[in-house]
Amino acid sequence: MNGKSEITEKYLGLYKDNINKISGISSAFINSFRAPAFEKFSELGIPTKKNEAYKYTNLNIFFDHDYENYFMPVPSDFIKAEEFRCDVTDLDAHGIVLLNGFYPTLNEKLRQLPSGVWIGSLNEAAVRFADIFEKHFGKYAKSETDGLIHLNTAMASDGVFVYIPEGVTLSKPVQVVNLVQSDEDMFNQHRNLIIAEKNSVFSIIICDHTLSPQKFLTNAVTEVFVGENAHFDIIRVQNEHNNACKITNTFIHQEKNSVTSSNNITLHGGLIRNSTYHHLGGEGAESYSYGLFLADKWQHIDNFVNMDHAFPNCTSNQLFKGVLDDMSTGAFNGRILVRPDAQGTLAYQKNNNILLTDDAKMDTKPQLEIFADDVKCSHGATIGQLDDDALFYLQSRGIDKREARLMLMFGFAHEVIQNIKIEPLRERMDNLVMQRLKGELSRCASCMVKCG
Amino acid sequence: MEKDQDKILSDVTTGEYKYGFYSDIEMDRIPKGLSEEVVRIISAKKKEPEWLLDFRLKSYRHWLTMKMPTWANLKIAPINYQEIIFYAAPKERKNLNNVDDIDPELKKTFDKLGIPLEEQKHLAGVAVDAVIDSVSVKTTFKETLAEMGIIFCSFSDAVKEYPDLVKRYMGSVVPYTDNFFATLNSAVFSDGSFCYIPKGVRCPMELSTYFRINSANTGQFERTLLIADEESYVSYLEGCTAPSRDENQLHAAIVEIVAEKNAEVKYSTVQNWYPGDKEGKGGVFNFVTKRGMCKGENSKISWTQIETGSAITWKYPSCILRGDNSTGEFYSVAVTNNYQQADTGTKMTHIGKNTKSTIVSKGISAGHGQNSYRGLVKVLKNASNARNYSQCDSLLLGDKCGAHTFPYLEVDNQTAIVEHEATTSKIGEDQIFYCNQRGISTEDAIGLIVNGYAREVINKLPMEFAVEAQKLLQISLEGSVG
Repeated sequence: MNGKSEITEKYLGLYKDNINKISGISSAFINSFRAPAFEKFSELGIPTKKNEAYKYTNLNIFFDHDYENYFMPVPSDFIKAEEFRCDVTDLDAHGIVLLNGFYPTLNEKLRQLPSGVWIGSLNEAAVRFADIFEKHFGKYAKSETDGLIHLNTAMASDGVFVYIPEGVTLSKPVQVVNLVQSDEDMFNQHRNLIIAEKNSVFSIIICDHTLSPQKFLTNAVTEVFVGENAHFDIIRVQNEHNNACKITNTFIHQEKNSVTSSNNITLHGGLIRNSTYHHLGGEGAESYSYGLFLADKWQHIDNFVNMDHAFPNCTSNQLFKGVLDDMSTGAFNGRILVRPDAQGTLAYQKNNNILLTDDAKMDTKPQLEIFADDVKCSHGATIGQLDDDALFYLQSRGIDKREARLMLMFGFAHEVIQNIKIEPLRERMDNLVMQRLKGELSRCASCMVKCG
Repeated sequence: MEKDQDKILSDVTTGEYKYGFYSDIEMDRIPKGLSEEVVRIISAKKKEPEWLLDFRLKSYRHWLTMKMPTWANLKIAPINYQEIIFYAAPKERKNLNNVDDIDPELKKTFDKLGIPLEEQKHLAGVAVDAVIDSVSVKTTFKETLAEMGIIFCSFSDAVKEYPDLVKRYMGSVVPYTDNFFATLNSAVFSDGSFCYIPKGVRCPMELSTYFRINSANTGQFERTLLIADEESYVSYLEGCTAPSRDENQLHAAIVEIVAEKNAEVKYSTVQNWYPGDKEGKGGVFNFVTKRGMCKGENSKISWTQIETGSAITWKYPSCILRGDNSTGEFYSVAVTNNYQQADTGTKMTHIGKNTKSTIVSKGISAGHGQNSYRGLVKVLKNASNARNYSQCDSLLLGDKCGAHTFPYLEVDNQTAIVEHEATTSKIGEDQIFYCNQRGISTEDAIGLIVNGYAREVINKLPMEFAVEAQKLLQISLEGSVG
């Protein structure tokens, strides 16, 4: 291509205009990453459909827009964030609220939980826990093809930091509520870093909500380090309005014998792209990646998974499902890479999709790249409709067609939901999915915006 | 036990290439290199009409604007198009009326390859079109077929004798702008086979083309055009070999198939170009564009391929399912051994209603071989009730080889059912143990398992080919199973 696209130029300009402001509030260590990342971003640009990983997702609708605001916080913003309460009543969790990617508390920017666990602002942690921070920050989020990751590294200034010391089991999950609110169309980016040391057990729930009807674009990167024998779960619940675009990139690095699971539940959102990179970086590691999306109207949901088996005797399993209604479109791109010498690998992948209307469209691209011989790998993908036989079976037992369809769709979705280990959340998700399928949830739960 | 297995595996996969000899046939070659002048020379040599020369020039000019694609999962040494001879033909090609007219060297070559050029002597009942380097040298059973109205001849003869048919169908399935290698072929193609089955005719024998690269430094660019008119049926076979040489030779062919209403075409390939030596030196670059168009209702095109040769294979026999109720099938076994690389698969484009496609791909990798399946199943908006089933299995025989799958499923219609499954594994020790227990040696057990693995595809081949394919599979894997 000759030169950079106009859209990319726009973000190059944004960087130049804001870099001083951004650097001003971050630590020197974070700032040291910005220039090289920006360099890389200028080279790669905003991914287009020519990029194999974005073949089925057109980002231009959201990137080719003049956002009036690149969010930088002022103290008064934070008061609004205080008002938000999660409506999953019996969910007992350590809560954190992020507003437009910033940790919106003026005082206590880092909180200590029992047994030496720290949660709080990324910016603050970069200073207070410089040693740990510098060991992990920027080590896992790497990409040779995706410019957005570098754009995030170049510009993001805050986000969530979680540190679980060696041997600690945190019985309650940490819940991060990501709020997006602004009076103007806004582009924002945040960066999370989660460090779960050796033998620790920890789970995190990330909920994405939009609070105002403006056009939003969020580009987030999360880096996770999971130490030897540690157990880590990440659950993402996305519930945003149709005018919001959310791009999440999660990089999970695993050490020996660690176990992780990732679960992306997308209930609502204009354009959602979830990329999850699992790096099985030690022998005997296990990784599970799940995803479910329900799309309607003009929504577009894209799930991208990269399962990198770098060491022998690791196990991975992927299960992604989608239900597409109206004119919605969906994409799935799952890759299993088994590197040379990663013998004894077991890797499975399943992707099932249901199209409910003639105008819905699904593209799926499962991939296997295998360079070792003693492996068992498989993938399966289907795109279809509800099973007529199953429908008939239910109807012949006196269940009316609408109810029968709902039951089947619910069962289809539940296969993903059941992997959520936190019971109140699982029940809540089942509930939301049911409502969504019934058409009662045409807008996001707990949202004041009437965007539907 | 493990050691033994490895040894046997390595014995089984180090077999030699049988067809590596070179025949000293008097050849008519043009100087190497590619230019508009060369395109004109080729056309002039073949005494082609004006429209064909225009087609070539149009293609050549378009080719100049193109770049070699890099998306395939292949490592390809740069190709210098100025070092290739684009036209080489056995000399003295008079109108051949009987077998005695053929150059004895040439006849010997085909005898050695086991290809029956002498109709009276063989019983197999296969009509053969033999293509050496660039030119079709002999087509057997022409007369018998002609009685039924079947046209089976070299592409050049077809241009002379049936220009209307050629004009109408050439480039209709693979346009000259299609891709880098198809465009190159459109500019410099030398010969190939042409086949037309008239309405309501069921071709009584297998038609076959045998391709042989002989001269050094030449590229082979043949073009096959197969038209099955309404209610007709034909089964077509294709085989290929080349001498062992240290340099890489380029083979860029086009196969176009048109199936009209209720017609059925079965196209089978046993590809055994020289794969290069054990260090990966030499071998044929096999970059082929094959595509069939199910034009009419209820038409059917079935591709079967056994790919054991070539240093690099880059080939996606595809079906455009345009007619309602049409069917496309793709059965493939691809073997990569030593340093061979293959990126092969298919494209099934569902356009008509109630169209069906089946894909069965079996990859076998040994040595340092890299084997990729790349396939696209596309269901367009109006293709209601489209049905696809794909299955891609890979078998790994050794720890230095790779097996990859890149399926693309694009579905734009809610009534479509598209399924894809893929597995990768090595031969299980328990499977071998089971055979050992029953008195079958490890070597035989491996042969048994590999053959069983590929059976589903081999069964689709016509009888004579199936036997050959099975043997070929064994030779290709000799010394690599463990």
